[in-house]
Amino acid sequence: MNIYELFMSDYTLRIVAFGSALLGLVSGVIGSFAVIKKQGLLGDAVSHASLPGIAIAFLLIQHKNIGVFMLGALVFGLIATAVIVAIDKYTRIQMDSSMALVLSTFFGFGLVLLTYIQKIPNANQAGLDKFIFGQASTLLKADIYVIVAVGILLLVLVVVFWKELKITCFDPVFADSIGVSSKTVSYILSTMIVLSIIIGLQTVGVILMSAMLVAPGVAARQWTNKLSIMVVLGGIFGAISGLIGTLISSVVPKMPTGPSIVMIISVIVVISITLAPNRGLLWRYLRNRTNAGNINDDQVLMNLYDLAINHQNVYHSHHIRAIRPTTTANKKGLHALAITLESLRMKKYVKKEPFDEWAITDKGIEYVLNHPMRKEEAYVSSN
Amino acid sequence: MSNNADYVIEVEDMTVAYHIKPVLWDIDLKVPKGILMAIVGPNGAGKSTLLKAMLNLIKPISGNVLFNGQPYEKQRRHIGYVPQRGSVDWEFPTTVLDVVLMGRYSHIGWIKRPRQVDKKYAMEALEKVAMQGFANRQISQLSGGQQQRVFLARALVQDADIYFMDEPFQGVDAMTEKAVINILKELRSQGKTVVVVHHDLQTVTEYFDWVTLINTQLIASGPVDEVFHDENLRKAYRSTGKLLKR
Repeated sequence: MNIYELFMSDYTLRIVAFGSALLGLVSGVIGSFAVIKKQGLLGDAVSHASLPGIAIAFLLIQHKNIGVFMLGALVFGLIATAVIVAIDKYTRIQMDSSMALVLSTFFGFGLVLLTYIQKIPNANQAGLDKFIFGQASTLLKADIYVIVAVGILLLVLVVVFWKELKITCFDPVFADSIGVSSKTVSYILSTMIVLSIIIGLQTVGVILMSAMLVAPGVAARQWTNKLSIMVVLGGIFGAISGLIGTLISSVVPKMPTGPSIVMIISVIVVISITLAPNRGLLWRYLRNRTNAGNINDDQVLMNLYDLAINHQNVYHSHHIRAIRPTTTANKKGLHALAITLESLRMKKYVKKEPFDEWAITDKGIEYVLNHPMRKEEAYVSSN
Repeated sequence: MSNNADYVIEVEDMTVAYHIKPVLWDIDLKVPKGILMAIVGPNGAGKSTLLKAMLNLIKPISGNVLFNGQPYEKQRRHIGYVPQRGSVDWEFPTTVLDVVLMGRYSHIGWIKRPRQVDKKYAMEALEKVAMQGFANRQISQLSGGQQQRVFLARALVQDADIYFMDEPFQGVDAMTEKAVINILKELRSQGKTVVVVHHDLQTVTEYFDWVTLINTQLIASGPVDEVFHDENLRKAYRSTGKLLKR
């Protein structure tokens, strides 16, 4: 049976896939703000730190209840955020160290609690270990409702506070001066980041949830220079990876959902970083190469121009070795120069004469005289 | 406190400290309406801090600021601000027009998007700073001087009566410097008050008609031709031992 048939025949799978797609959408949208505010690592710290919250929630009620688990995760996520901010504010420890510290301490504590819980009877049914790497197939209809409710709330908040979010992310000081409290908006955004993490824990897991938050935003940033498009694109990338990742994990036995979603979003990130126009690595490499080539061509033409105007007859031809005496000392340099001259000839800036002699044309002279660097030189020497 | 209509800004007993080190000490300052004032002093004298404390962006340990006899919160709509250009990330995904429109946010109100009229104001402001051709340009592609002019345009659309500018001439090209000072003078001729944190002592007499010299404490404040003389400058720059050329 292929994925499509499975998808159409399996109601539960459809529900789960829908939940994961929505989750990806929400974390992609919220995560885009985390990316531009350079708060990606905060998400990582918060998601790891929520593990003890889930464990303690189980210890308190002794049975599985996702709503209560999420509440526990939320409380610990917020405590972790507060601790990180407090360490940054009241000590001389830098933000990155304080986040790493909180992340590992809370996560370690969570693992200790989980080990303890494994020894309690009926602990296995709770499926707490699924929270580490995530398992979308454990989602019940009620869990999807929670994701839908929180997800819609978060998206509405983004629309309502769009201007405020934008201005505080770009220029918090100016925001304060016009009465938009950057501190309050930052708290709201941090809470939104924590919430979007909490609803993803069961599907993606505490370890990889931060990738869901950061990766779609990073990929989206590559394709656009507008915040609105970036946020929408981040949402789309997140939704696609949530959907495909969940389907893969449902088809492949024992494949946890978190890693399979992250593999999909990672592919999107790699494609975006290499291939996106303007910002993509490939595009930049090609542009730099073209530029370097053009500059080299221009310099050779200018050398020939200098030779030409120092000769009685401007159109007199000069031997290739005279144009660049030093670089043409070896065969390789001579060959390179021949290629350059050939490309200049194609542009009709130079003419080839017998015995490897080259002469500048009217068009070439005009090009040199109008060259920006030439004008700059003239300006500098006249002053 | 006296509510003197001649003074648009009144600072009283302003003291600001970062941790235990006082940055501003007991500043009393009155700024009359319709002047172009420079705040001058050596590095670390508290120039930017004074500006930010006046705008309520930094909480002073003690002291009080009134605008037209009222606290900042009540006068916010009448105050425009140009922060230091280096205080933001110019890689932020947005366009020149978008940044200028941010100056309209307090006029637009909650949830609503910028209207056509806001865009018209923004384009007019961009024209004033000779940046109209850059409206849709990504901000990461601007030079330092262009960034400064965008910030100035954003303040212009705030349509304020009192303007605060933090080092608008810092690291900009000659053309931008000229454009900025022309606009400042135009604002003054409209009866607006402009307060500028300024670094370059050479241009104070040429650009400004009022000057405040500080070095943690207030050294002098008044018309340039009355207070901007060697003795006050020596007092302001004494601790740094910097030689002055005028």
